[in-house]
Amino acid sequence: MDTLISLISIFVLMLLGYSVGSFVEKVHYASVKKRENQFLDLPAITFRKLPQDKEIIDAQFVMGSVVISLDYFKRFLAGLRHIVGGRIKSYETLLDRARREAILRMKEEARKLGADVILNVRFETAGIKKVKRKQKVGCFEVLAYGTAIKFAK
Amino acid sequence: MIVTNIEYVPGKQIVAHYGIVQGSTVRARHAGADFAAGLKNIVGGELKGYTKLLEGARKEALERMVKQAEQLGANAVINVRFATSTITQGAAELMAYGTAVRVE
Repeated sequence: MDTLISLISIFVLMLLGYSVGSFVEKVHYASVKKRENQFLDLPAITFRKLPQDKEIIDAQFVMGSVVISLDYFKRFLAGLRHIVGGRIKSYETLLDRARREAILRMKEEARKLGADVILNVRFETAGIKKVKRKQKVGCFEVLAYGTAIKFAK
Repeated sequence: MIVTNIEYVPGKQIVAHYGIVQGSTVRARHAGADFAAGLKNIVGGELKGYTKLLEGARKEALERMVKQAEQLGANAVINVRFATSTITQGAAELMAYGTAVRVE
């Protein structure tokens, strides 16, 4: 009886994780795409020097970060994937969303400073793990940082 | 104080180097945020409490680095990098380091 209850609870958690998780993902992708279009005039580039010569009046450090966690369904899918190997698609979309969100937050900060371009953008990903006896709580932080440049008008 | 993560300050000349400066902070997560994160782990997604915590910690690391640069008499820190390391379970060190310079 006990095993049955725990099986049912795992199933319910997975179902909840899947339905809420995929709904949230859809909403988030829509908002990310919308905001990315708003920031088209503020490019974030990985060069250290500007491609063209322009007079610069201000340079400031900007960053944006997101901490994300996995849901039960995704963890279950990944667990299955470990048997046969290959791409874990459910993790890919999660990390993709997090990176884009981090860039958007960095751009928001840069927009407040009135910047025209962000130079030398770098990513950092750090895992913050907590392993209790049986239950694994995995989350990671995604950080994007760069130098916001303002041109002389 | 100018902080950049490129190895020069745009539009300015470096006149003196003062060497490496760094700032770091060690943070543990508090129980409230941990509880919320545990709930969030069911559905996945962003952990706002942690995001705020780590953002504050990084800003503090940057501030400490800037303070050290000020003590040396620098007016800019260039080529800033971040490093994160887990010390024990539930605690992380966030570090920022760069090169202190004087620009004109």
